[in-house]
Amino acid sequence: MGNGLKKFAGSQLVIPLFALFLLIVFNLIRDVEFFSLTIATNNQGNTVLSGNLISILNGASAVAILSIGMTLVTSSCKGQDISVAAGAAIAGSVFVSVLRANEITIPVIILAFLLCCAVSILFSTFNGVLVAVFKIQPMIATLILFSAGRSIAYWINGGATPTISSPLLVSIGGFIPGIPIPTPIIIMVIFLILISLVLRFTNLGLYTQVVGINEGTAHLNGINPVWIKLTAFMILGVCVATAGCITVCRIGLINHETLLLDVEMDVILAVAIGGTALSGGKFSLFGSVIGAYIIQALTVTLYAMKVPSSAVKAYKALVIIIIVLISSPVVKEHAINLRNKLFKKQVKTEISMKAS
Amino acid sequence: MKNEKDLLTGVSERKRREPISNTNLLMTITVCTFISMYVLAMLIWGGGFLNPQQFLDLFNNNAFLLIIACGLTMVMISGGIDISGGGITALVTMACVVYLEDHGGTVIGSLFLALGIGIAFGLVHGILISYLEIQPFIVTLAGMFFARGMVTIVSIAPRTAAHKAFASLKQLRIKIPGIGYYGKTGNFIPAQIELGVIVAITVVLAVAVTLKWTRFGRNLYAVGGHSPSALMLGINVKRTKFFAYLLAGLLSGIGGYVYLLHTGAGDAANATQAEMQAIASNIIGGTLLTGGVGNVIGTLFGMLSLKTITNIVIASGLTKPYFQSITTGLMLCFFILLQSIILAIREKGDFKLLLPEWMRSGIKNKK
Repeated sequence: MGNGLKKFAGSQLVIPLFALFLLIVFNLIRDVEFFSLTIATNNQGNTVLSGNLISILNGASAVAILSIGMTLVTSSCKGQDISVAAGAAIAGSVFVSVLRANEITIPVIILAFLLCCAVSILFSTFNGVLVAVFKIQPMIATLILFSAGRSIAYWINGGATPTISSPLLVSIGGFIPGIPIPTPIIIMVIFLILISLVLRFTNLGLYTQVVGINEGTAHLNGINPVWIKLTAFMILGVCVATAGCITVCRIGLINHETLLLDVEMDVILAVAIGGTALSGGKFSLFGSVIGAYIIQALTVTLYAMKVPSSAVKAYKALVIIIIVLISSPVVKEHAINLRNKLFKKQVKTEISMKAS
Repeated sequence: MKNEKDLLTGVSERKRREPISNTNLLMTITVCTFISMYVLAMLIWGGGFLNPQQFLDLFNNNAFLLIIACGLTMVMISGGIDISGGGITALVTMACVVYLEDHGGTVIGSLFLALGIGIAFGLVHGILISYLEIQPFIVTLAGMFFARGMVTIVSIAPRTAAHKAFASLKQLRIKIPGIGYYGKTGNFIPAQIELGVIVAITVVLAVAVTLKWTRFGRNLYAVGGHSPSALMLGINVKRTKFFAYLLAGLLSGIGGYVYLLHTGAGDAANATQAEMQAIASNIIGGTLLTGGVGNVIGTLFGMLSLKTITNIVIASGLTKPYFQSITTGLMLCFFILLQSIILAIREKGDFKLLLPEWMRSGIKNKK
């Protein structure tokens, strides 16, 4: 038991869990009712759960899904993909254009999703080839799609912001009749379980970390770093497609300019808060997902405190810096030194107290 | 005798045989590309491209970007990244306008405010990145978020500066004698540049001199190239990095003031994506994100190429806005691939090593 606790204290999950815990405690002190869940009836006449907790979990699902893929890319390629939001705009555009061309039924939705997965895997493979084969820094390589991606989405849409509406899409973006939990949360959980099962029962997770820690050693041990990096980018492509489709279903239209705007930064932050070093190596999928929830919880908390939406960024930045500072090894070292000094003083004062 | 003479005078064949450095090679490619692009544009489309004012407008409209990109060049040479430039620019414009309008400020006061904001950001970034060893991407990302958020806290509505002394400074145009164009009525209109352009050119020259001939500049290359070796050579790595971020912050502050001189308005949407454009200018200019390679003159030409390609796209009739960013992306792609291939050939003398195994199955490995 003690051993398990020690193991837990040394794991990457400590800081994100601690930060999430602090946020929850802060909210409970501020407002006891903050996390209360209520059962309401929505416009479609379904019984649904509502409350801040649900809105945090629901709002973070796109970022959480993206952060899963981003964790793998960060771990293996020692860099981040900054084109995920642009990629999601492309994927969403493909999804919408397929749906608009056909009558919306379940097979058509599945077909559209598969097609948009294929397109976004194609684009992330392009990024992956630049990173893995041409050895370009991921941030620079993905800058290409970052600047061109939304324009490609504009081109697919023909410059308009087409809307789609169907009860089936509402049930993907909102609630399935009879289930009180928003569908994006369910999709997110299924996605997380699937990816972690893949990592659990194959060597992909291990190989990814090995490539991130030391590429040369990985190569000498018979792992092909190029394929591992490409696989990471392909998984990110699936994540991008899923996140894009969920968001499109939720808002019912595709706006290439504003779809998941600035989300790439949130995703990278989620990965960093989750305890994965941005310079690659060991990763923690659950940490990244928790990181995504921390960011969303922070945003919802700030909204609840009546901070205007445009000013949220400033407070977010402060909290992020604090979280990163706490988890920084140098700061930890300083803190340990300080504690040792203080502790010594305490011991001395105790001794002097006893002497007196 | 010849050898002796060579030794004494220092003029030797050895010098001629010394290979060109990566920095200079990449910069030369950029300069050549820009010049050939512009000459081609002049020959094919003529018109606007022959007008010297249009060339100078590249500077007039993008002076702030150039200044931010110069700061970023130093940071990138030291092996880091700073993506807070655009945010700081927006914050400076808004803070200065509010100060001038609501608090009865003076022009000098607003200038110091701009410098102060820049230095404050640079100071915090520098301490967090170099002394507390936090990832530069995260720190400057937080800096960008903070600056963008602060803009709306300072004032949520866009503001325009109507301050008299400032307005006269903003209207100031410097006419370049001898260069100009003929207007529709046949009168000669001399070409003009704004005050910001002079600031930008001064900054470029100052940074170029710093990088080339000062100890700090050479230290930056050493730190970016291989920081453990730099540490062993007795370079204060942390302090060098700290000053790189401090200067980048300061230059972002100056960039913000130049932006204000150009537009005269404070707006939360000012300089959106300027940081990414600055990074793109640097990449096209041959500065590597891995550090140790780069030149500020390259950055200047990188910025010019980036903006000229947009003009060319418009001149060639593709006026839909999405063509511009797609061509920007293609151009970035071209330069990135070119650099990657050139560096690989120079380092290993062999391009095939870059390719994965299944692509070079026909070629035997040397060892």
